[in-house]
Amino acid sequence: MNKISVMLRSSLGRKLMMSLTGLFLILFLVVHLVGNLQLLAGDGGVAFNRYSHFMSNSLLIQTVSKLNFTFILLHVLYSIWLTRTNAAARPVGYAGKAVQAQSAWNSRNMGILGTLVLVFLIVHLKGFWYQLKFESPAYTTLPLPGGGSEVVVNAYEVVRVAYSEAWYVGVYLFGLLAVGIHLHHGFRSAFQTLGLGYSSYSQTIRSVGVAFAWIVPALFALIPVMMYFGLSF
Amino acid sequence: MGKDTIALTLKVWRQNGPSDKGKFETYALNQVPVHASFLEMMDLLNEQLVGQGKSPVAFDHDCREGICGSCSMYINGRAHGTQSGTTTCQLHMRHFHDGETITIEPWRAAPFPVIRDLVVDRSAFDAIMQAGGFVSVNTGNAPDGNAVPIAKTHADEAFNAAACIGCGACVAACKNASAMLFVSAKVSQYALLPQGQPERRERVLKMVSTMDELGFGACTNTGACEAECPKGIGVTNIARLNREYFGALLGPGD
Repeated sequence: MNKISVMLRSSLGRKLMMSLTGLFLILFLVVHLVGNLQLLAGDGGVAFNRYSHFMSNSLLIQTVSKLNFTFILLHVLYSIWLTRTNAAARPVGYAGKAVQAQSAWNSRNMGILGTLVLVFLIVHLKGFWYQLKFESPAYTTLPLPGGGSEVVVNAYEVVRVAYSEAWYVGVYLFGLLAVGIHLHHGFRSAFQTLGLGYSSYSQTIRSVGVAFAWIVPALFALIPVMMYFGLSF
Repeated sequence: MGKDTIALTLKVWRQNGPSDKGKFETYALNQVPVHASFLEMMDLLNEQLVGQGKSPVAFDHDCREGICGSCSMYINGRAHGTQSGTTTCQLHMRHFHDGETITIEPWRAAPFPVIRDLVVDRSAFDAIMQAGGFVSVNTGNAPDGNAVPIAKTHADEAFNAAACIGCGACVAACKNASAMLFVSAKVSQYALLPQGQPERRERVLKMVSTMDELGFGACTNTGACEAECPKGIGVTNIARLNREYFGALLGPGD
């Protein structure tokens, strides 16, 4: 059989797919965060609308966006496949005490956390991506650097309206918490699966992963919270 | 000084054979010496059961010195009980308290079917070893032991991996019943040594595919295996297994 197909069917190859797609999504989060922090620029959305206009009109970004959706789908499909294999490996469970705390809760419940993240992602895409892409959005005029102006989609306004609802901000905080707990295990787990689990630096990877899992979702959470209270930098 | 003997309530999995449904039976066992090992406690239970005309509990054991890997038992939700770095035979009753209820179950994994009571069929591990867990030695004079230089760090790492006794606690403790700690230890002990090089690629490919065919789960890096391993085999071996596998499959070669 073709080596690639052997690879993609094997337990280790399927884990590798989880790892690689997960790492891509981790990278995506950083880019997404840096772009979206412009929402807090306090300029009435000029910087964010300019950025948003650039992103939605760049062929490169739109291609990466398609890849991003593909990797999300692969991450989900492979996790379902692996979970089914794993469940079949223990048809009769232990009747005694539940699994004791010999492992972290999140490491055992990545499926539940992932499902929460997916539900959050669907809410998120419906609220912003879908609305901006398929529903008639409001427009605004942006000054061009060389003089004159252009009319662009007012993405900032869509976000501002969404984050003026307390319950919606609550959904974001909960969703980001799930993302953080998922990453708390997922970050280091991705490196271990790649084979980068040497005793000399796996502790460093673990620490970086924990920092990433707290800091990135926390910075994301700043956006809805600060916009709800009308704050900016 | 604490008491020299304790009284226990034992909830033991009883299953007549592979096709029997099985159920827990509860037994009271008094006067258990705290210095007894867990297996000696099971011997006392069996003496009591035989005296009552009941069938004794079947369980695996051999050396009772913590090195053969025969004993198993899932005790109070933990493989080989609550003590770390300990096999069931080396677990002593002083770690339990008077009046305690102890739940005793067999390893649970599809590739480890229950034969009877607490005895499971672990020949799946043998099948994995037969697939590649060996070195081919051709006949001829024995080579000089020191003719092949081996780095001390590699020798130590290989020895640590080779400490695996194949008891199956890693599979039992893993939420996915994954055998990756076992397979990674066996792959590592050869991959790190010169003697393992000729069959290095073939070995990891065959052992992993056999492991998958036998129906073991996949690793989710929870680390429960490492925590429960009586020999302290580390998950760094699983990272090595991944490197060996990806390298063997996608690296240079045919």
